[in-house]
Formats: sequence, structure tokens, C-alpha cells
Amino acid sequence: MVRTYALLAATWMRAAAQYPASLVMLTAGSFAANALDIAAIWIIFRHTGTLGGFTLAEVMFLYGTGGVSFALADMLFGNVDKLSRHIRAGSFDTMLIRPASPFVQMAVDRFTPQRFGRPAQAVVVLWLALAELHVPWSRAWMIPVMILCGTVIFTAVFTLGGALQFLLTDAPEVANAFTYGGSTLTQYPLSVYGAELVRAVTYIVPLAFVNWQPGLYVLGHEDPFGLPHWLRYAAPVAALTLAGAAALAWRAGVRRYRSTGS
Amino acid sequence: MEAPRTPETVIELAQVGRTFTVSRRTGVLRRERRVVHAVRDLSFTVRAGEFVGYLGPNGAGKSTTIKMLTGILAPTAGRISVAGLDPARRRTALARRIGVVFGQRTTLWWDLPLRDSFELIRHLYKVDRVRYRERLDRLTELLGLGEFLATPVRQLSLGQRMRGDITAALLHDPAVLVLDEPTIGLDVVSKAAMREFLRDLNAQQGTTVLLTTHDLGDIERLCRRVMLIDHGRLAFDGTLDDLRATAPGETSLEAVVTRLYTRDRLFQ
Amino acid sequence: MPIFRNPPRIAPAAAPREVVFQLYLRVARYGFRKHAAYRAAAVAGAFTNTVFGILRAYVLIALWEARPGLAGYDVAQAVTFCFLTQAFIGPMQVFGGGIELAERVRSGDAAIDLVRPASLQLWSLADDLGRAAYLFLMRSVPPTLAGAALFGIVVPPSPAAWGLVAVSVVLGIVVSFGVRYLLALSACWILDDRGLQQVALVLMMFFSGMVVPLRIIPGWLGALAEALPWAAMVQVPADVYLGATDVPRALAFQAAWAVALLALGALLTRAARRKVVIQGG
Repeated sequence: MVRTYALLAATWMRAAAQYPASLVMLTAGSFAANALDIAAIWIIFRHTGTLGGFTLAEVMFLYGTGGVSFALADMLFGNVDKLSRHIRAGSFDTMLIRPASPFVQMAVDRFTPQRFGRPAQAVVVLWLALAELHVPWSRAWMIPVMILCGTVIFTAVFTLGGALQFLLTDAPEVANAFTYGGSTLTQYPLSVYGAELVRAVTYIVPLAFVNWQPGLYVLGHEDPFGLPHWLRYAAPVAALTLAGAAALAWRAGVRRYRSTGS
Repeated sequence: MEAPRTPETVIELAQVGRTFTVSRRTGVLRRERRVVHAVRDLSFTVRAGEFVGYLGPNGAGKSTTIKMLTGILAPTAGRISVAGLDPARRRTALARRIGVVFGQRTTLWWDLPLRDSFELIRHLYKVDRVRYRERLDRLTELLGLGEFLATPVRQLSLGQRMRGDITAALLHDPAVLVLDEPTIGLDVVSKAAMREFLRDLNAQQGTTVLLTTHDLGDIERLCRRVMLIDHGRLAFDGTLDDLRATAPGETSLEAVVTRLYTRDRLFQ
Repeated sequence: MPIFRNPPRIAPAAAPREVVFQLYLRVARYGFRKHAAYRAAAVAGAFTNTVFGILRAYVLIALWEARPGLAGYDVAQAVTFCFLTQAFIGPMQVFGGGIELAERVRSGDAAIDLVRPASLQLWSLADDLGRAAYLFLMRSVPPTLAGAALFGIVVPPSPAAWGLVAVSVVLGIVVSFGVRYLLALSACWILDDRGLQQVALVLMMFFSGMVVPLRIIPGWLGALAEALPWAAMVQVPADVYLGATDVPRALAFQAAWAVALLALGALLTRAARRKVVIQGG
């Protein structure tokens, strides 16, 4: 699987290199598009010192960790949310007749170097936040763990969004509410959202384990909602559970796939 | 001449059916659900080395059959075996044993030069480097693709692209080749070249070929056996001469087939 | 002696005015119906817009609780602003596209459109207004109602105020069309326009007020943002709705950009026609 992915990614990048001007524009454009979220945070903190009880550095830490996770998941697997387009164009059929996983083929389709831009940007924000925060080593071990778990959670969300498109082929935008919606949600401390919403993303769609619960641990911050303390260590469990559910949903989708056309 | 003396079965369908549930909006909130039988009670076998034409009017169930044979669609009833495998369950293993070409869409990578597409297929299908070189040289020579190997697929003409697709489908030396309308949109010269290539492939390599087409010229020049599907059922299965014999008065194959296609409509 | 001094033209300019009007009315109706075929996509879009509206509303509430009265809005107005921005995504086509012309330019079919005896620009505008009308019904009303139900939103005080909102929204759609039409026609000159589209998207997202209200952007950047055409698409109609602006001035601002962009579009159309007719595309 990894070999197939690497092989296809290298081939796509070679194809993309045929249009260097477009590649530069696209990379710059996507860099700027992602910078808008950072601009929003900067503008908000021009007007206030804390947001939902968190300082600018803490919000940047949450943005950075959530952002790196989302960006890695998006870079490697985000393309599966374009499934409906491939189903309608019939190109998903051609993925099914090749001796490789259709999931890997979907994920790597049209892989361009542009995909490296987003993680790089989030890493910079995280690095700036950590320079400011001085997190002790006794708690910093959680940072790589949470980024890994967050990446798995977002990958699972992308996969679920893709699997949903086997059913809702004409309405792929529904998936955006969960994928990009999830990314937007984790850019800010969950304390700005209502208690019901936070309970929903803790116990139903476990987005709270991307950066909020483990982030509270790293920052040594109290939980404003008073949820149990052990939840801070539960990110791996949440990630594995969601990944399992996503894998089942994708398999079910491929099995009941009905190709278009006559 | 490597055709085996006792040809084994390579494709077998037993009482295969495929239904689709179609929902149609009948009111603001009301929906009507209807079960459509794309294919029903379809049984046939194809033996190694055969060249079979699969005919049928639009919407008769041709593509559904092809998609079930290649593992893209799972049947809702019956049993399918292709090259000894159940396509829907063993799709990846099956992919290494069969070659598939869709005339309507390419399986090649749009922005890549042909050579890169082929190289990628070598890796995906795990074809040994030496054998790959041999086959590629032979196929490019037979199909006259040599000068286009460096051209991106999107810049190829339809005929060139189709030859590229055929090459891609044959690089891993499949025992069965499934072709869905391979001559659609081709000019007379390309069509003739394609037919000659396919005939030689079948005669010399013993590759089993199943071909759907609307072009009766393909059938007349290539297929020793013809199957005709209509309304999801097998309406005819026999040799080309048997097919002609169904309508003794008609002179052209076109008229014979038109008569078969419109048969039930006349009786209804 | 030639019978016709000029070649005979079946241009709409020669037709009676009401015939021309009916033609474009019909085009608009077809635009509406064309998009009505994608009902599932519109419902999905409305759902996504609502989810984002809710998420962004919470962030704005947190900010306005920290800084009450920021930008001259109270909390209720800030929440309303947030749902309005989501409601405008559909009709204003914030994420770009919506004009069939761009694909037709790329495929070469636009050559046929350019030599048709009707104004390509007006034709596209009528089609786009039909599209906007459908998306307004399907993608603007639901998120606004969801915002009203979940958070409570402010409502214009009188029918006259509603009328001004309608004028402002239509002007916003025309300005949005003006920008997207220029981008679509640019495909006549730029071969691979994906990069340009990406840059256009970023400008639209930021300078329309989608990301944050333009009024809280500090300094010269804020002043610049409020003067650019993108402000006419989201920020200004939202302010007209909220009654948080000098309405006649706001409408004049939108109308000025609409006229300027349409004029530029007409010039570019002429250049495109010359390119197609003389150089053969």
C-alpha cells in the first residue's frame, strides 16, 4: 500500500511539473488561502487579549496542532472527498479494474507538490506558539502523540466523508461540513462553543480529541466544561475507534457501489 | 499455435441477476421506488481461446454484464467465475489476470506521457522488467505506437489513445481481454488496424476475447461466436451463421440484428 | 450597387425593446431551472453553510463578549452578520465559478457564443441572475432561518427596509457577476487559469468580509478592504440589512462598482470577439 502510494505520488508530481507557472501560482494561492485563517486570529487578537479564556499563544498552539493534523490528513488522504466527481465521470470504474486499493488510488490522485504547503504553514504557527509557551518536557511528550492521533481522526473523517458520497453522489458538499467544518472547529479553543456542541464532538464525532483534550493536558489548563480528567489521555482510543468505523463505512460503500451509465 | 486441445472454461455465469433500485420523485415529498432488472437469469460460459461478440441495444444490460465480469459491480443474484475467481470478492487478484478496455474512457493517466503510464502499470501489476520490455516492444511495434511514447495522453488522437489503452491492458499478459466498444469513434483505417491486431492476438496468443460493440463490422470480421442480450436476458447465443439463420430472408447482418432487437416489440 | 450598405443584422438592437427583454427573461428562467436540476447539491450546500454559520457565530460571540460594541455592532448584530455571510455564499457565488462561459472558453465553444446575434454579456448576466435566484431560495433562506432559531437574529424594521435590502442584494449579485465574468473571459488569453482562480478566491474570501467583518480589520488594510468591489458583495448588503450604514451611500457604492465592472466586461467582450473572429480563437 505504502509502495503503491509513493509510486503514484511520484508519478503525479512528475506530471504536475509540466506546468511550472501554474504550479507556482497554485502553491502561492493555497498558501494565501490558508493564511486567511491565521489572519482572522491575528485580527481577533488585535481587539482582545484572550478568547474563551485562552491567550494568543495558547490559541496559536491549538491552531498549530489541529492545523498540522488536518494538513497531514488532507495532504495524504484529503482527495478521497472528491469521490463523487470520479463516480460521475466514470473514472472510479477504472480504479476498480487495477490491482491496487481504490482507496489509495483515490487518495493519491493528482498528487502535487502544492499539497506540502499546508502542513508547512501549520508547523510554522505551532513552532511560534511553542517558542512563546515554554511547555515543560514532562508534558511536551503529548504533542507528537496528539498530532498523530489528530491526523488519524481527520483521515477517518475524510474517509467517512468519501464513503458518504457512495450514497449521496449528487451532494458531495455534505462531506465538507464535517471535514473543513472539523478543521474550522479545532482552530479555536472549544470553550468558545456551546456546551452541547462540545459534548457532541467529545462523545459522538470525537473531534475534541484532535487538539482540545490533549491540548488541555499540554497547556496545563483546566477544562472549562468540567469533563472527566482521563479524557485527556483518550485520544488514541478515539482515533482508533473512528478509524475502524471509517474503514468499515468505506468497505461497505465500495461493496454497494453502483456504477453510473449503461 | 498454442490453443489448448481441451479448452477450459474461463468465464462462467450461472443465473446471474443485477437489480437497481431507482427512486423517482413523483411529488414534492413523495418518492416512488422501483426495482429495475438490468440483467436477469443470465447464464453462459466462455472457453479459453474463444472470440465472443456481445451484442445488444442501448440499455440492454451489456455494460452491467461487463462491470460484473470485471468486479466493478457485484451481482444481486447468481454466481460468476472469471479466470477461476469470483470477481466481486477477488477484484484485485482478478485484475492481474484480465485486461479491460473501455472505449468511452481511458484508463491511462491524462497528463502523463504514454511511456510513464505504461511504466506505472508495470509497477502496479508487478510485471517482471525483462518480460515487460519484451511485451512493450512487441505491442508498440504491432500497434505502431513507437513515435507516441513520449506524448502525453491528452495530446493523442482518439485512435492513438485507444491503441495505448489496448497496450496498457495487455502489458501483464492477461488470459482474458474484455473490450467495451473498442472501435467507437475510430476512423476506417484505425478500425481495420484494431481488428487485425485483435484477430492476431486471439489466433496467435490464444487470448480469450469478449467484446461488446454496436459496430456489426467488428462482429462479422472478428467473432466466431455471438451472444445477444436484450432486456437483461440472453436472447441469442451461437455462431455467426446461426445468427444469420434466424432471419433467412435478410441479406445484411444489420437487418438480421434489427429484426432480433425489435422482435418482442412486434409481438407486444 | 449593393442592395445592403451594411450587412443585414438580426441584432436585438434592431428588435423592439420588449422582445429583447423577454429574451433575457427567458434566459434567466432557464438559468433558474438549470440549477433547480441540482437540488441535492443545493440542499447539501445549505447544510454546510449552516454548520459553518454556527461555528463562526460562536467565535464572534466570544469576541463580542470580550469587546462589546466592536465595529458598532452589538452581539445580536454580529451573529446576524455571521449567518448573512453564509447566506450570501450561494447567490454571490463566493467560491467562484457559476458562469458556464469559463468552461465554454476552455473547450472552444465560446466562439459560437461570441458570434451569436445577442450580447454575450447580457446573456450571461441573465443566466447568472436566474442561478442566483434559485440559490437564494435554496441556500440563503435555510441558514438564515437556522441562525434565527438557534441564536436569534435581528430583522429589518419595515417593508421599506426590506426593499432596500433586496436592492442591495441584487446589486451585490451584479458586482459578483462582473468580477466572475472578467475571470471567465480571461481564459481567452490565459491558457491555464487555475492559479488565477485560486488567487481570485483568496481575494474574494478576505475582502468580501467572509473571514471577519471588514470593519474590524485594523488600519489602512481595513480602509482598502472597504473600498474594493468585493465589499459590495457581502459586507455592504449585510450592513444594509443590519441598518448599520448610510444606506443611500452604500447603494451608490455598489451601483458604481456594478457599472464599472460591467463596462470593463463589455470592453473585454469586444476584445475577445475580435480575437476569435480575426485570429480564429
